Amino acid sequence: MSLGIDLTQIESGFSDPVFGSQSVFRAVMDAVARPGTIADLGFAPEPPEGLGRAAGAVALTLFDFETPVWLDPSVDQARAQAWLRFHCGCPITADPQQAAFAVICAPESAPALGAFNIGDAKYPDRSTTLIIEVVALTGGAAITLRGPGIKGETGVSPVGLPADFWHQFAENGAQFQFGVDVLLVAGDRLMALPRSTRVQIEGV
Amino acid sequence: MAYVSVKGGEKAITNAHSWLAEARRGDPRVPEIDVAQIREQMSLAVDRVMAEGSCYDPDLAALAIKQARGDLPEAIFLVRAYRTTLPRFGASEPVETEEMAVLRRISAAFKDIPGGQILGPTFDYTHRLLDFALAAEGASLPAAAALSETPQPYPMPTIGSVFAHEDLLERDERPEAEDAPFDLTREPMAFPAGRDQRLQALARGDEGFLLSLAYSSQRGWGSTHPLCGEIRFGDVTVEFVPEELGFPIEIGELSVTECQMLSGFSGSAERAPQYTRGYGLTFGHCERKAMSMAIVDRALRHREVGEQADAPVQDEEFVLYHSDNVEASGFVQHLKLPHYVDFQADLQLIRRLRREHFERNNPIKVAAE
Amino acid sequence: MISTSTPRSNETERYYNYAYLDEQTKRMIRRAILKALAIPGYQVPFGSREMPVPYGWGTGGIQLTAAIIGPDDVYKCIDQGADDTTNAVSIRQFFAKVADVATTEDTAEATIIQTRHRIPEQTLKAGQVLVFQVPQPEPLRGLEARETETRAMHAYEEYGLQYVSLYENVSAYGRIAATAGYPVMVEERYLMSPSPIPKFDNPKMDDNEAILLFGAGREKRIYAVPPHTQVRSLDFEDYPFEVQTWEESCALCGADDAYLDEVVLDDVGTKMFVCSDSHHCGQRRAEGHVGPMAGHQLAQGEAEAAL
Ligand SMILES: [Zn+2]
Repeated sequence: MSLGIDLTQIESGFSDPVFGSQSVFRAVMDAVARPGTIADLGFAPEPPEGLGRAAGAVALTLFDFETPVWLDPSVDQARAQAWLRFHCGCPITADPQQAAFAVICAPESAPALGAFNIGDAKYPDRSTTLIIEVVALTGGAAITLRGPGIKGETGVSPVGLPADFWHQFAENGAQFQFGVDVLLVAGDRLMALPRSTRVQIEGV
Repeated sequence: MAYVSVKGGEKAITNAHSWLAEARRGDPRVPEIDVAQIREQMSLAVDRVMAEGSCYDPDLAALAIKQARGDLPEAIFLVRAYRTTLPRFGASEPVETEEMAVLRRISAAFKDIPGGQILGPTFDYTHRLLDFALAAEGASLPAAAALSETPQPYPMPTIGSVFAHEDLLERDERPEAEDAPFDLTREPMAFPAGRDQRLQALARGDEGFLLSLAYSSQRGWGSTHPLCGEIRFGDVTVEFVPEELGFPIEIGELSVTECQMLSGFSGSAERAPQYTRGYGLTFGHCERKAMSMAIVDRALRHREVGEQADAPVQDEEFVLYHSDNVEASGFVQHLKLPHYVDFQADLQLIRRLRREHFERNNPIKVAAE
Repeated sequence: MISTSTPRSNETERYYNYAYLDEQTKRMIRRAILKALAIPGYQVPFGSREMPVPYGWGTGGIQLTAAIIGPDDVYKCIDQGADDTTNAVSIRQFFAKVADVATTEDTAEATIIQTRHRIPEQTLKAGQVLVFQVPQPEPLRGLEARETETRAMHAYEEYGLQYVSLYENVSAYGRIAATAGYPVMVEERYLMSPSPIPKFDNPKMDDNEAILLFGAGREKRIYAVPPHTQVRSLDFEDYPFEVQTWEESCALCGADDAYLDEVVLDDVGTKMFVCSDSHHCGQRRAEGHVGPMAGHQLAQGEAEAAL
């Protein structure tokens, strides 16, 4: 801990890491398998200020020393880094291309989806998964999704994404097999938008 | 004769397990062998299990050999399956074989080399005549071997140092300290393979497979005209740098066998003629394996020296994908599992194709039926 | 019908983590599963571990199950469609022991079904995960031995070789002579091996409700088909894909729409056909369906199991 943070001040992780991460993973797996559906991760522990509970739960479940993490500069770096390093042991990277995961808390000011790693032709899995904190997962403008995991089509209406997000996401999907995968989080709740999801933007 | 189909798997498995335990013990009138006896008196079997099991622990290897009834690939598998559950602390510092406490050290390149030729405990010049005295019970302890009168040099010079002043042999390539070595136990094979990945795969590889490949190379299938520069066997210390200390501390000692094979290289436009090397290193005393590994390693370096590559031993994907006996043994033996669903699908097709074949070739007979 | 496992013995608990794998390995596999779901049909390389069962005996499926399973799951394991085949019994006992999990033979009750060579007859539903044990994940391996080549073929969607091979089949046999492990296209992008299930089961993968996860331990690959994903068996306009059919029906339950095993009764050609899906057959018999050889000794164990 070179950040000069008192270990006793670090927010706790799962009370039972084995079963806590298993429950979170199953919820996330179901969400990725069924884009547009909403998972409730309210049972996860409270992460440091600036990170939502669902975002923290994903971090505790999937981050470790093998996954460089890009952390939104808007987050209290010292606190969040100390928490991530302590519980996950993940390296923090400032380079979006190096990131296995990106934690984005201020979507308006964050780099575009295309700035992150989209994988390579033979290994499209070596791409960044973005965890984007939004205001809410419902209540915004309706967006129609299609694709694997969706029976026919489904509607979503997250609040707090930049105006051109869906255009970026459509471009991301258009270059399939390349692409980043997105987990939208809002407080306790999570929704997945894998690159395979096709988006239909009204009026375009 | 009527067949009874196989059902009731659970009971059958339990019974098979107890039968296996009984067979393992053998005739109860014969004293049971203990793990320490295996460790001390079957030490080369123990060494092979440690080497291919990728886990240096003579007691565990001996236990695995006992449990596997002496079936070494099975023992290797037991050790691997145990090893995979152990926490991983990191990578050690490279071991310095020059600083080895040498028990055996020979070179075929020179009649004498600095440090001398040390035969050590070798089968090499034994006459392979069965020693019936060993079959007698209560045989007396063998006489202790005589100690050398000249003290062993330390560090023991390597074949590389002998050539160094003329630059006749390519130098040791040391990876950058911060580059973590490839770890085959945590990452899948990738191609083209780096030398770290290749050497790791070969070090874990099946001795018989590498021996045959090395032999094929000697017979002309991808020959590298190897010469045994040096073989040494002995103990080395292992050092590790704990994150919180930042400097190396000694964490233990290993017995290892190292082999350096020399191969002539006639040179290219950029590079002067020089000897190149193939490298072999194993846990324990596994000389046949270390030599085979060194030959195969050198054959796989064909791209670096611009050799034509058309033999199996030079084919990286072929060699590395097929060298692991835990993988190979599992997959070959999985054919024992039921395949009746796919076989039924096949049977149906074959019957149909046969019917069509006979209809085409003998329409009258079919019509008559 | 759900049997609760005996508590983990102290021995196991002391030496091994929950569900055998350490947490770091589970995280690595979990990340691979998410990428596999995001790129349906694409083979994600993963750091497959050595498992306490041999490679080729379900190590990929076991690692997938170990990475997803929790104490609330109900686990079913089948081999060749049957719950009582020895390897299925052995794997089921493994998870009962290391994961404290309830086991079942009832397809509908299970939350995780691990399988080798079959998809259950009963339609799977949302909330279920079907974990396939895969010996060879590469559909093109029979045509091209080199991984470096086949990976490039997938990268650039060069599947001509596969079609040529199927067409040569048609010219030689008058039909596509592929019976199990029949290749499929996922979302018209990735060619995928469905594992050696009979082609009879291929249509079940298309637009299905459950999550399909495929694990190849020895070959170190994970791939997936999310629910409601398009899975198309390769064929030609003039030689459409067709599944196996039988003239016989199940000797025990009379089913005429299930995949049947041929059971040889003597060495002069007497045989019977029975459902390969042992639970499906038992359930049908429990419901009163009767086949021409109902009451045969083969039905005994299964009838008990179905109760
Ligand atoms: Zn039946």
